[in-house]
Amino acid sequence: MSNLYNYILTIADNSLILAQRLGELCGHGPSLETDIALTNISLDLLGQTRSYYQYAAKLKGEDKTEDDIAFLRIEREYKNCLLVEQPNTHFGYTIGRQFLFDVYHLMLMEKLQNSPDETLSAIAKKGIKEVSYHKRFSSDWVKRLGDGTEESNQKMQEAINDLWRFTDELFFMTEAEKAMAKEGIGIDVSTFKEKYYKEVSEVLKEATLTVPENKYFTKGGKEGVHSEHMGYILADLQYMQRTYPNMQW
Amino acid sequence: MSEKEVKNLEEVFEARIARDEKIEPKDWMPEKYRQTHIRQMSQHAHSEIVGMLPEGNWITRAPSLRRKAALLAKVQDEAGHGLYLYSACETLGISRDELYEQLHSGKAKYSSIFNYPTVTWADMGAVGWLVDGAAIINQVPLCNTSFGPYARAMVRVCKEESFHQRQGFEIMLTLCRGSEEQKAMAQDALNRWWWPSLMMLGPTDAESVHTEQSMKWKLKRKSNDELRQQFIDQTVPQADLLGITVPDPDLKWNEETGHYDFGEIDWDEFWQVVKGHGPCNKERMNARVNAWNNGEWVRDAAMAHAEKNANKKVAKAS
Repeated sequence: MSNLYNYILTIADNSLILAQRLGELCGHGPSLETDIALTNISLDLLGQTRSYYQYAAKLKGEDKTEDDIAFLRIEREYKNCLLVEQPNTHFGYTIGRQFLFDVYHLMLMEKLQNSPDETLSAIAKKGIKEVSYHKRFSSDWVKRLGDGTEESNQKMQEAINDLWRFTDELFFMTEAEKAMAKEGIGIDVSTFKEKYYKEVSEVLKEATLTVPENKYFTKGGKEGVHSEHMGYILADLQYMQRTYPNMQW
Repeated sequence: MSEKEVKNLEEVFEARIARDEKIEPKDWMPEKYRQTHIRQMSQHAHSEIVGMLPEGNWITRAPSLRRKAALLAKVQDEAGHGLYLYSACETLGISRDELYEQLHSGKAKYSSIFNYPTVTWADMGAVGWLVDGAAIINQVPLCNTSFGPYARAMVRVCKEESFHQRQGFEIMLTLCRGSEEQKAMAQDALNRWWWPSLMMLGPTDAESVHTEQSMKWKLKRKSNDELRQQFIDQTVPQADLLGITVPDPDLKWNEETGHYDFGEIDWDEFWQVVKGHGPCNKERMNARVNAWNNGEWVRDAAMAHAEKNANKKVAKAS
């Protein structure tokens, strides 16, 4: 049970934290259309989060709810990758982060839909439709910004260079992931690592961007050791539940 | 065109409005009609966009995942309303960039209500219940207004607004049935949002400069004061149901008129906010102007990319 529970969180926490980051942007985007799109993506990710957390809460028993899982865990218990907690430094970062995550996310959902765990499979099947849309949106914008003006090309390249060091963690396997993969329920993410870099590189090239050669990567998020950004995200996220515990909203 | 011809066109136009026919973008219309519609529709669109900010302020802090999702969906609807209204406005021959320019320079107004801060979670309830409630009272008659694109945009806007208002009321109801702290939070929100919501229905009839013309063009069916009375009559029983008190010592039911009597609105405050000196006018405008300025390189990139693609297609074809 504990492995399955932890495994669900490694997937779901990504969606929650990324939804939270996108939620910060509401009303502040470069155009009304991108505002709508980013809110839309945030909402999809939040919907996925809720499905996963409801499942995790059921496994946990003790009358736990999705909100207990979202709002009452401490930072060390969050299992999202470092990539999704990176700040919205500028629109290039928002797009770069989204793109690097979406390509991975879609590959993961495509595998997960075949999981013998019916709940995970059902969530993945629904998620595929949404994540395909996210990936189309973010790849298109990588191309627009990369192959737009000189300034936008520089900004997009800067974002990709800075975010690149977080990509390897996507393919790092925690104990729970290994155990679930061994049981055939979870996905061995290392199996699509090569495909991931190939696809990402193709889009970057089409966007006239340089694929970073950086071989030094950072990880830790999936094991609960986060960047310094994470505490602030959780301070916002959890403020109400921490201040007014055990209430209905 | 001779004066006589214009007069003829005007007569035909007024007769069409009298027969409740819709005026469409390609139809002849008096210049004043066009300008009045640009003013009102763009002000409405700007209000949707600026209105995303006070509610967007609570997205990252919403107290449950369900509420967070509903709030995100609501703010997304508002952006969508802005989009329809800008499009409808563009049918009158003005570009969205020009409309933004008017907003950012302060030439165009937006609803004064969005210059108030959202300081607690209960404000998400109060804004939905009261602010969207007042907006609906203002907007439902617009579903039958004479300008076709505006009327059609309003049908969809009103449907979604009613849904938001119910959501807002439900937040208030949950708070009022909750702990003492939650109920106090709801009461405080009502105290702060009540009078600004009444101000949303506009200045008193005596002070309203556009009313007469707007009535003629069916942009308005009832006067500001009539709409305000309707809002109060409808909202006070809802406050009673919630078990919280409207912050007006002069409020009481009048058997004779069949309406609530209510106290004097602080019109000095109203004009102060309308003239740009409310609690958040500066922050709201800065947020919009910054979003626009910081987004310039993104919009330029999109244009440059589209141009490159178009050129590639031409090169391929030739």
